[in-house]
Amino acid sequence: MHQQGAPRPSLVQEKGEKILSIALAGQPNVGKSTVFNLLTGLNQHVGNWPGKTVERREGVFEHHGERIHLVDLPGTYCLTAASPEEMIARDYIVQNRPDVVMVVINAASLERNLYLVAELLALPSPIVIGLNMMDVAEQEGVLVDPQKLAAAIGVPVIPMVASKNRGVHDFLDAALKVAHEGLPQEPSRPEIRADHRDVLKAIEALLGEWVPAPYPADWVALKVLEGDTEITARMKAVTPPDIWARVESLLRQHEDALIAVAGGRYAWIRRVTQGALIKAHLGHVTLTQRLDAWATHPLWGLVVLAAVLAVVFGLTYAVGGPLQSWVERHIVGALAKGAARLLQNGPVWLSGLVVDGILGGVGTLISFLPILAIFFATMGFLEDVGYMARAAYIMDRFMHALGLHGKSFMPLFLGFGCNVPAIMGTRIIESHPSRLLTILLAPLVPCTARLAVLTVLAHALFPQKALLVTVSLTALPLLVLAGVGAFAQRFVFKGDQAAFIMEMPLYHQPNWRTIGIGIWQRLVAFLRKAATVILAVSVIIWALSTLPYGEIETSLLAAVGRFLEPVGALMGLEWRQVVAILTSFVAKENAVATLGVLYGAGESAEALSVVLPSHFTVASGLAFLVAEMLFIPCVATVVVIRQETGSWKWALGEIAFLALLAFLGGTITYQLVRLWPI
Amino acid sequence: MHHDEQAEEHSQALNETLPAGGDNFVSLADLLPGQSGTVLRLSGGRGFVGRMAALGFTPGAEVTMVRNPGRGPVIVSVLDTSVALGRGQASRVHVRPKG
Repeated sequence: MHQQGAPRPSLVQEKGEKILSIALAGQPNVGKSTVFNLLTGLNQHVGNWPGKTVERREGVFEHHGERIHLVDLPGTYCLTAASPEEMIARDYIVQNRPDVVMVVINAASLERNLYLVAELLALPSPIVIGLNMMDVAEQEGVLVDPQKLAAAIGVPVIPMVASKNRGVHDFLDAALKVAHEGLPQEPSRPEIRADHRDVLKAIEALLGEWVPAPYPADWVALKVLEGDTEITARMKAVTPPDIWARVESLLRQHEDALIAVAGGRYAWIRRVTQGALIKAHLGHVTLTQRLDAWATHPLWGLVVLAAVLAVVFGLTYAVGGPLQSWVERHIVGALAKGAARLLQNGPVWLSGLVVDGILGGVGTLISFLPILAIFFATMGFLEDVGYMARAAYIMDRFMHALGLHGKSFMPLFLGFGCNVPAIMGTRIIESHPSRLLTILLAPLVPCTARLAVLTVLAHALFPQKALLVTVSLTALPLLVLAGVGAFAQRFVFKGDQAAFIMEMPLYHQPNWRTIGIGIWQRLVAFLRKAATVILAVSVIIWALSTLPYGEIETSLLAAVGRFLEPVGALMGLEWRQVVAILTSFVAKENAVATLGVLYGAGESAEALSVVLPSHFTVASGLAFLVAEMLFIPCVATVVVIRQETGSWKWALGEIAFLALLAFLGGTITYQLVRLWPI
Repeated sequence: MHHDEQAEEHSQALNETLPAGGDNFVSLADLLPGQSGTVLRLSGGRGFVGRMAALGFTPGAEVTMVRNPGRGPVIVSVLDTSVALGRGQASRVHVRPKG
């Protein structure tokens, strides 16, 4: 079966020394990341699961002189084949048989959390339970007795408050003990509801000898009976047809088996929690209820959301903007000056390459960092305290019309600041089709840089109507976004891809360490992926605009612009304007800079408003702005689209789609305005 | 409707106090805020039923409506957790209302 998730040999076997293999499992919103960060510190490696766009975190560390390889499995509610996360989690345990699985559960919703435990007990690795959020549970009036629970299930249960680093090391000690000595007793396992016991036995008897290693036969039989699409397809392929026909006829008589299996699990949960779980009926209203009275109210919820967004963007402009210009002036500017002085006696092309090509790219890259750090911090904070789910709930009815999930709102809205964190932020959307659609729509949200270009050019070209032009051209890509989303929902992603089923976690105190590590990891991931591409594109565009004679007017880029002039002509644009749009691929601001250079106006807004109007008509000016607003995003965004969709296919498809959209938008605008002058 | 009959049978097995037979059910989306009910059955594909079961929505489960603004998604409390459900998803859960 799947070979994904095979441990890297270098990690598991170092110099022949045995290293313990531990997997960390748990449902979402149980504080699993906090536990992982406490155990591994910064010795962690973040990547993707092979062939998937699901984050894989692992780390190697020492405890009591023993080396441990810890893999953080994706947070899932159960282990069906319904999502890549669930398949990764179960395949990892089946294929790699970790020495022990550490399961983190939330004491405040014990019964629901034990559902995953019930599924894990059917897999071959022994488990140890970390009963987290004991403090939150107590506030909610839920009291859990870890010893009684441990006795009932037959596996160690360690009470913890991971956010205050209480109990996490005991949890690890218990896991190591089980890894070495095995479980003290055979654990209590859930059974299928009584009326389905015989059919389960019959299926296991039929399939038993055909189940490939390392799959446990009883688990495979249970999954086939549940109607698990992946395991059923695999078994059908390896079982002789006459035997499979008998299995299928049994399955047809028990199509409701999934409910019987789930019912059996909940019956087991009631059994093991009896006596271990006490729910006090609190007289007072809990913190979560008090906050949600506002945050999920259909009207006040919108007000709260607007206030939260105002704070996020206020922070970005108050802190991010000045930080960005400081970095540009004092770091990039100083570097450029130093390099220019060093190379002043060298060939002109060399200083051009270093100052304009390489340092230009470095500057673009560095200028992203302050804004990215602020967005990752605010997103991480809102997610960690539990507000993100409320924002998604409030916005779901609006996003639903676009074929999107409520959780798509936050990332898309961040796009007004910068498309890069918007696309990286889509990781909070569990449904993969919905996440893909959000990623592909995100570049249609005009970012700060695009809006700056729009503002400068609208003032230069339409001084009387600048505000009207700016507002309508900001609205245009958003309307296109809505149209494309609604279209995709109806005709491309048919069915209920935007099904909205989402836990509303209890509000709790944020863990600064988890948020900090998250910011750091995302920044590093962005730099690692984007640095080379941004530098390369910056150098290539510099070379194209300089070679062969050192002048942009006679350069290869100009030749490309001239070659595209027939296409530009349909939009009423001459080659210089086409080149300006093309150079905005490096960074949106380049559209203005290129126009300034090509028309000899420099970059000052005043000079531009003197020179530009003579080169544009009303029709071609509007067409230029429409094309610029719809054109492909900057290279950093394209790299992140590639990273988050996991394939160049989507990134290149997106480029082709947006280039076409820009061309069509520009052409339609030009032709219409020419026919009916405004 | 073999599937639904089985689910119905099961919900009775789990909750003896339910009156036998009776087709007295409403969709979860019809519960008013503060109103409770018992899940009778879920209609939908395996993916939907599996996801809902993992969150606690199985026949016999007690649910309480927390937020139902009349349109758009609802918030339901099940097994001590609040779960937001799209109206479409909520309407595919059949419940017997209490009181």
